[in-house]
Formats: sequence, C-alpha cells, structure tokens
Amino acid sequence: MSDLVRQFRDFFVSLKLTVVLLALSILLIFAATLDQVHLGIWAVQQKYFHSFFVLWRVGDIPVPVFPGGYLIGGLLLINLVSAQVYRFKLSAKKSGIWLTHVGLILLLIGELLSGLWQEEFSLRLNEGETKNFSESYRLNELAITDTTDPKFDHVVAIPENLIARSEAIQHPKLPFRVVPKTYYPNAALAMRKGEPAAGTPPSLATAGFGARVEVTPLPITYQQDTRNLPAAYIELVAPEGTLGTWLVSPEVPMPQRFDYGGRTWKIAFRFERSYKPFSLTLLKFSHDRYAGTDIPKNFSSRLRLTTPDGRDDREVLIYMNNPLRYAGLTFYQQSFEGETTTILQVVRNPSWQLPYLACALMTFGLLIQFCIHLAAFIGKRRAARPATA
Amino acid sequence: MKKYFPVIVLALGLLFLGAKLLPARASSPYDLAGFSRLPVLLNGRLKPLDTVARSSLLVFQGRQPVTTPSGLELTPTEWLLDVFFHSELADSYQTFEIVHPDVLALFDLKAEDGDGKKRFSFTQLDKKLAELDRQFQLAQPVEAQTRTTFQRAIVQLYGSLTAYQRLKHTLASPETDDFLGELRRFEKLLPTGVAAVRAKQSGQPHDTETAKAMLELGQRYLFMAESTNILAVPPDSTDAKPDAWQSVGQSLLGSFQTGAVNSSVLAYAGLGYAWRQHQPEQFNQLLALYRTTLVKPFGPKLTKVEAEVRFNAIAPFYASMTLYIAAFLLAVISWIKWPDELGRAAFYLVGLAWLVATAGIITRMWLEGRPPVTNLYSSALFIGWGSVALCLVLEAIYRNAIGSVAAGLVGFATLIIAHYLSLEGDTLEMMRAVLDSNFWLATHVVIVATGYAATFLAGLLAIIYIVRGSLTRSLDKATADALGRMVYGIVCFATLFSFVGTVLGGIWADQSWGRFWGWDPKENGALIIVIWNALILHARWGGLVKTRGLMALAVFGNVVTSWSWFGTNMLGVGLHSYGFTDAAFMWLTIFVASQLALIALALRPLENWRSFKPTAAPN
Repeated sequence: MSDLVRQFRDFFVSLKLTVVLLALSILLIFAATLDQVHLGIWAVQQKYFHSFFVLWRVGDIPVPVFPGGYLIGGLLLINLVSAQVYRFKLSAKKSGIWLTHVGLILLLIGELLSGLWQEEFSLRLNEGETKNFSESYRLNELAITDTTDPKFDHVVAIPENLIARSEAIQHPKLPFRVVPKTYYPNAALAMRKGEPAAGTPPSLATAGFGARVEVTPLPITYQQDTRNLPAAYIELVAPEGTLGTWLVSPEVPMPQRFDYGGRTWKIAFRFERSYKPFSLTLLKFSHDRYAGTDIPKNFSSRLRLTTPDGRDDREVLIYMNNPLRYAGLTFYQQSFEGETTTILQVVRNPSWQLPYLACALMTFGLLIQFCIHLAAFIGKRRAARPATA
Repeated sequence: MKKYFPVIVLALGLLFLGAKLLPARASSPYDLAGFSRLPVLLNGRLKPLDTVARSSLLVFQGRQPVTTPSGLELTPTEWLLDVFFHSELADSYQTFEIVHPDVLALFDLKAEDGDGKKRFSFTQLDKKLAELDRQFQLAQPVEAQTRTTFQRAIVQLYGSLTAYQRLKHTLASPETDDFLGELRRFEKLLPTGVAAVRAKQSGQPHDTETAKAMLELGQRYLFMAESTNILAVPPDSTDAKPDAWQSVGQSLLGSFQTGAVNSSVLAYAGLGYAWRQHQPEQFNQLLALYRTTLVKPFGPKLTKVEAEVRFNAIAPFYASMTLYIAAFLLAVISWIKWPDELGRAAFYLVGLAWLVATAGIITRMWLEGRPPVTNLYSSALFIGWGSVALCLVLEAIYRNAIGSVAAGLVGFATLIIAHYLSLEGDTLEMMRAVLDSNFWLATHVVIVATGYAATFLAGLLAIIYIVRGSLTRSLDKATADALGRMVYGIVCFATLFSFVGTVLGGIWADQSWGRFWGWDPKENGALIIVIWNALILHARWGGLVKTRGLMALAVFGNVVTSWSWFGTNMLGVGLHSYGFTDAAFMWLTIFVASQLALIALALRPLENWRSFKPTAAPN
C-alpha cells in the first residue's frame, strides 16, 4: 500500500474525523432549528439536510458556506464503514460497539432513503364523502378535463412548475395549446367591486369568472400552517385562433366549463392529486373536548375502504396513535375541521421499517456496551476493596 | 457527640417534615379548610377550590399570601371567599403584579402606588380597563414570539384580569349585595314570571312588571354564565357524564325550565350570605350540610380532591428544597472539616429530601392518572428527581460528599425552576389529544428526561472538578480520579438514555404523525444531546481529550441540554412547543454565559490550577 493510500485510509478511519463530523452535524442542526422560524420546516429540510452544501445567496450567486446533511452524513457513513472494516475485530467485548455502529449505518441510510422516497399527502373528507385520491401539501397542477363522456373523464394534468415557466404547452391529448400568460406563486383573489375605476387595466381574463375578479400577488409564505395559493392567467389557443383566457387558482377549486370542438371541457388549477387504486368514504367523524374547555380530548374517523374489484370492502377506524396501513400507504388522523370534516395525512414511505430495525440494533448495542463497562467497573471495585480494607 | 451527629441531623430533618404534616391550627372561626375542599370542574379537571385559589394567586401576583389594605394577612381561601362573595372588598386588595413602566403609565400609576411597589388592586386598574382592552386588541394579533415586552405585559395582565372577572361571577352575581335574597325572590316569582314572559312573547295580556323583572334576571344570569368557566354545580346523578357539571349561571338559566333553583346554587348563595354577614356558625353548619350531600354521589372522586388539598398544604417540593439546601451546605463543609460525620449527615438529608420528592411525584401521578412527565413543570420535577437518584448511587459508591453536593445543587435548582414554571397556572393540566398516550408518555418522555438529568449531572460534576481544582487546594489526586470516572460513567449513562429516549420519540412520531423524524425543534434538541454525548465519548476514546478536556466538554453538555429543554420552546414552532415563560430567556442566557466562563476556567493550563500546582499535573 502506498503512503498516499495509507494516509487516505487513515484519514477516513480516524476518530478525529468522527469527532469533527459530529461537531459539524451539531452546528448544522442548531442552525437549521433557528432558521425554522423564518423558513418553515419543509424549506429548512431542503436547505440544510437534503443538500450537499448549505448555500447563501450573495447577490444572485449561491455560495456554499457550510457542509449540508448529505455531505456530513455521507462522510460519517464512510468513516463508520471504514472504521468498522479496518479498526474493529469482531469480538464479544466489542459486540456492543459493532451493533451500535451497524445500527447507525442503517439509520443514516434510512434517513437518506426516506428523504428521497417519502411522499406526504393530505386527504380531507366530509361525512358521507368518498374520495379515491389524496392531495399534495405544496404542489398544484392545472387540470384540463374532457367531460363529454358521462362514464369517463379524460384528464390532462400539468404540473405547476411548467405553468411557472410561462411557455406554451402542446399536449397530444389536447386539441389546443395551453399558453400560461401570467403566473403568481402566491396570490389573493377578491371580487371586483362595481365598475373598475378609471385607469385600472382591464382583467387579462376573457372567459370564466376571471373578468370579475381582482388578483393581488402575495409574497411566498414559509409558515408551517399556511400554503401558497398560486394564480395564473391561462390562454387556450386552437389552430383556428384563441379560445379565451381564464383566471385559475386553487383558491377557487370549482372547475370552469367551456365547449370546444363539440366536446365539453373543464379547466381548474387544483392541489396536485395522487390517485389510489381504492377509495375511502368517511362514515363518521367524532371528537370530544374536555368538559368546559376547548382542549381536544380525542378525535377519530370511521371510514369504509373499498376497491373497484370488490376484494376489499370493510370499515376501518383511524385515531391518534392508531393509523391505517394499506397498500404501502399510511393514513394518520392529523386534524379536523368543524364537527364533520376529517383531515388525514397520507404518507408513502417504503423504508419506514428501516429506522425501527436500526434503532433496535443501536439500543441493544448501547445496552450491551453499557453493561460491559458496568460489569468491569464493579469487578474492579470488588478487587480493590480487600486491598484497602 | 460527633459520632451521633448524622443521626441527630436526620432526626431534625424528620422533625421538620413532621411539622409540615400536622394540619395547620385553625385561626379562623370559619371552616375554611372545609370550604377549600369543595370540588369544582375547571379546565376539564375536578379540582378543589383550594387549588383554584392558589394557582390564581400565583398567576396574578407570583405568590400565595394576600395582604389587605388594612394590613391583614389572608390565606388564599379567605381571599377567594372575598372574591366570590364580597367582591367590592376583594377589588381593593392589591393582587395584580405589574412591573412594566409603560403599562403602569397606561393606568396613570406609579410603582409607589403599589404594595411592594409592584402589586395593584382591581380598583386601581378599573378606570382604564377600556384602554387595556384596546391595547390587548392591538397586541393579540401579533404572534406570541414577536411581541414586545410591553405587548407581553399587556396580554398577561389582560389574562389575569379576565381570570379575576371569571372568579367574581362564579358563585354569585357581584352586582347585588344580597344574592341569596335575590334567588329566593326569583324562585318565588318563577311560576308566574315564566307565564308572564310567555304571555308577553305571544302578545297576550300580562303583568308587565313581573315580565320585566324576569327578563332582567334572565339577562343577569346569562351574563354570569358567559362570564365564568368554572363549573361549580354538580350534576344531579352520579352516572351523568363529567360534562354535566354546570356553572351557577347556566344552572340558573336552566331554572326557567325546571321552575326551581338548584340546591347547590342555593347552598353557595347561603354560604355567601353567611360570609358577608359575618356569621361563622351559620357558615359552618351550611357547609357541613352541603358537604354531606356531595359525599354520597362523589365519594371516590372527593378522595382525590381532598388529597389534593392536603398535598397543596404540605407542599412537599418546597420542603424538599429546604432539605436540599441543608444537605448541600453540610456536604460542602465536610470537604473542610469532619468529612465522615458531615458527609454522612448530608447523605441522609439528600436521601430524605429525595424520598419527599418521590412521594410528591407519586401523589401527582395518582391525582392525574398519568406517568410522571406531562408538561414542562413536571419535567423539571422529574429531571431533578432522576439526577438526585444518580447522585445517591454515586455517593453510596464513593462516599466523598461529591454526590451530596451535586444532589443538593441540582435538587434545589430544578425545584426553583419548577416553582417559576408553576406561575403559569395549574400544573395538573389535561393532555391534548396529540399527546394523550400513557404508554409513550411513560416510555419516551420519562427516558428522555432521564437522559437530560444524567447529562446535567455530568456537567455539574465537571463543574465541581473545575471549581475545586482550579480555585481551591482541596482536590487531591484520588478525588480527581474518582470525579473523572464518575463523569465518564454518567456520560455513558446519558448517551444510552438520551439515545433510547429520542428513538422512542421517533417511533411515537411515526405512529401518530407518519414520520419517524420531522426535524422539529424539540426533536433536534434531543438529537443534539445524543450527538454531543457521543462526541464526548469518541473524543475520549480517540485520546483527543484527557480528564480536563472531558470536564470542559461535559460542562458544555449543560448548555446543550438547557437549550433543548427550554431554548427550543422559545422558538415557538413545532409540535412540542407546549410551554414557555418570557423571563426564562434571560435566565437561559445568563446560564449559558456562566457555563462558558467555567469552560474558560477549565481551559487554563494546569500549572495555574491551585490544586495541581505543587506536584506534576495528573493530566
């Protein structure tokens, strides 16, 4: 082995590197915690943990100022694995450390995977309502639906980031082009009052409700409980000319209808949907408060779960600390509105079992190591006592 | 004599506790104890009026005793009786603490106008309530973390005055001198009155005077019902749901349907009459009668309510605090003189104080039907309890009084923190649905709190090492080595518990919210503690630090832990931000600064350490 390779190896095996990485990770987590006040939890995760470098904008240029979660975690992983390979012999005395480190490796991988794979949606149901889709917490989509056939809807859904680019979109299933004219990432809608004052420009919208509505752009919000509601003016252009310009926003979830080419269409900007091969009906939502207070005591949703093929048709009960796990998804009781509306959180995380395994290994490993130390300590004191007595 | 010293100290400690257990001698002709044991339903929990009185006063003025303008000392129960039944007197008691100069200016008050230069009466504030309301409406929309100190003071005072108004409308209407007489007239008037109102509403001929009187009373009782959240009227049958408790106002509104005034309402009105008319015998007779009607339907629940009154009176945590101070002093002196005798005496006192705290925590668990840690207040109690338990183990092994010194300090400090946290209100709160899981509260929260306790203890032992070693000559090599082993062992223990506790938190989060890890501030805080402990251990194993470095790192563990315990709550984001006091931020800053100073002290070269000067450094 050449000197260079050895030095390289020694660097990655060293405990010094471990200590430095641990210290860096503490600083990273601390800074991320403080930044949550301004950025909100999702943006913080992207900026600090799901990144190789934490970037600061100096003017328009992003400058890396600190190693990010991927870099620190990755180096820690290399450090751990190489220490495991080069430094530790597998022996009973070291078994605790072995288990702890293997568990930690799994934990780091698990966090990486859930960062990459985990998807979260929200499912909101009124009593009696049935849905076979859940909705994204952050993303929106422009849905253009051909509703001519009473049995089937043909839906073309265009993600928000394509709308934001403001370039014309030609989809093979649509007989017209979709031209986003103006896009606001966050906006408030209000009805225009009376006749517009002289000097105010007329609305860009020429069809649908848009002409009667005023759009006020808002700054993008990072607050945890509020979401950005974008708005856009969308022009539809057929080969023979424009069909009109519509104002669309998830703030007005009702689709706007129009006819073209002998078919009936609907257009809406809505929360991005994720369709499921089954549907859920809210049978009963119940919640109690402590007597004489507004403190919620418990809440639960009784639902009917059905699949189109009829294989599953049963009632399920979801409440705090008791989610439903079905078809790779987990449904949690997240919140509620009024007396009859439940809000469920739907999570897809294929690697959800990994942290359990990792933590079991680590806990077991630490316990073994602690007991080994304790036994040695007691043994030493036993041996020392007769000498001093 | 010297030989018996530890036993004598232990006997004195027991005597001190025994004195606390004896019921206080009644100095009033009224059966105040009996009144304080009456149950009401407030914030979802059946509690004695004693607790209502004490926690209200703690919120209003940060202390329990009340001094009247004529210089009389009132117990919390006497004060509450005046608020209930003699509110024009209670309005003149200076029970609202205001320290912010701008708030005082708002009321045209000077500090000198107040009792102790900071406590003011309702009468003094009454004239400017509209202005307070206006300021509150301005401050309220501002998010709690971004409020200025003035806005915070306004919101707090507004809360106190609202709570005071609720108390005043709980059992009687403060607008009449003779509520009992009014109720009697109301009951007599009910049959004809209801008929008259019905007739009036359907446009039939009716006695206008009666209808008018009836409607006025209805308005008054509606106002009472809307003005209080204290439910004092028990349901008629025991199998009724706990929600069936009513406020006096609600019950009186119900009388329009039932045609009769509830007997509990009348009993309270009668007590009020006797209290106002200074008729202790009548008061006591009526109270005894009313209590017997409660015993049959509410027997088992009353046991808890009455136990809570005893618990309040004994105040085990304050007793424990006194014993911790005594133990600390004895243990410190033992380093200079009589190491064996004083050391053992200190050990006994720590044991006694710990037993008292244990009894207190168990009583709270029984009262609440919950595991030990449910809110910030109980976490302070438990962290202190856990640290002292570890100290007792260390002291039993090493017998060098270090465990006792640490126990005295940490026991006292955590109980002081708990005292300040108790100023937020009743410390036995109901659990929000999100946190309502005894299994996870018992495992995750308890284990994490144990991890916090151990990390603090390691830091404290390190402080003892640094202070004794660098500022005194008392740290000999044997003790220094022993301290080194103690800190190392406790850090190992802390790593295990903080890790397991954090992991269990992750599993709980996965079970309830669908993510194992959400980078929530409190989760991050706990994770930082785990990583910091791991860092200490790896630095030690890698030979990057020796004993002195280990001590410096362990002291920084205090900073990390206090940040996780309190600092994260100050951010006010995330699911865990359940409690926070404003003054806490200043104290946290002071604490962190002091720890950094200690670390600086530890980092001085060993040649400058007084204990290690003559001989070569033991590393």
